[in-house]
Amino acid sequence: MMNSILMALSGGALIGFAASLMLVFNGRVTGISGIVNGLLGGLFKDGLWRLTFILGLLVGGALLGMSHPELFVNTSGRSVVLVTLAGLIVGFGTVMGSGCTSGHGVCGIARFSVRSLLATATFMIIGILTATVLKYWLGV
Amino acid sequence: MEKRQIQQAVLAFMAGLVFAVGLAVSGMTQPQKVIGFLQLGEGWDPSLMFVMIGAIPVHMISYRWMRGRPSPLFDTQWHVPQSKDITKPLLIGAGLFGLGWGLGGFCPGPGLTSLGAGQMSAVYFVPAMLVGMGLYRLYSQKIAKK
Repeated sequence: MMNSILMALSGGALIGFAASLMLVFNGRVTGISGIVNGLLGGLFKDGLWRLTFILGLLVGGALLGMSHPELFVNTSGRSVVLVTLAGLIVGFGTVMGSGCTSGHGVCGIARFSVRSLLATATFMIIGILTATVLKYWLGV
Repeated sequence: MEKRQIQQAVLAFMAGLVFAVGLAVSGMTQPQKVIGFLQLGEGWDPSLMFVMIGAIPVHMISYRWMRGRPSPLFDTQWHVPQSKDITKPLLIGAGLFGLGWGLGGFCPGPGLTSLGAGQMSAVYFVPAMLVGMGLYRLYSQKIAKK
């Protein structure tokens, strides 16, 4: 447990550092859903940095996946149907709510944005309800 | 292409790399850990709470430090959202995101990072997420026309 907490803290600090790079140099909020959604609106207008950021995420994942595959093991037991449905809802909801864990949960809260604080409280509460209901009613 | 756009793109690539490492190290790319954090009760795993506890103060410092400056280093203007409106779409959207997050154990960043690592469930999650985003874009355009 202690090890998990230290990993979470140091990983979190890296996330905060990456978001700080984006703010200090590019003047941007590092909201993953917003960055991806902006690409869907067209690549050429304001898209190159979005594309390279996502490329960075993918390449980072690929490199780490080779050196530390244990960081990408999914033993949640959630079926393909459930994960696909989850993807649809996450895509729809994050664009509707203008942000996800990164944009609202990290960047927004760090600027004391009331909007982001409320959004984060909402997705945390609904996420907890969903996962807990699945555990006690369906046993997954 | 302007020099500024190249600078921004290179910086964004590096930030993406660091972000991916942060997500993977923190445990966010393991859906069972996310679900274990969201499932209250017996066997609750609080460790992912510390991702925010690690990330927010770091970003708070850089935000304070940059505030009041005329522009970021690679651009002539800031792009930080200024909206203060608490709207229905904000809260309903966040609620839907929470539902999807609790169902699959993935949020967008870890989904993309896991896709890069070739993790199988991310191969379903990410395309579905893109479709979901597209569906909301269509839906909001339809609403706007009315």
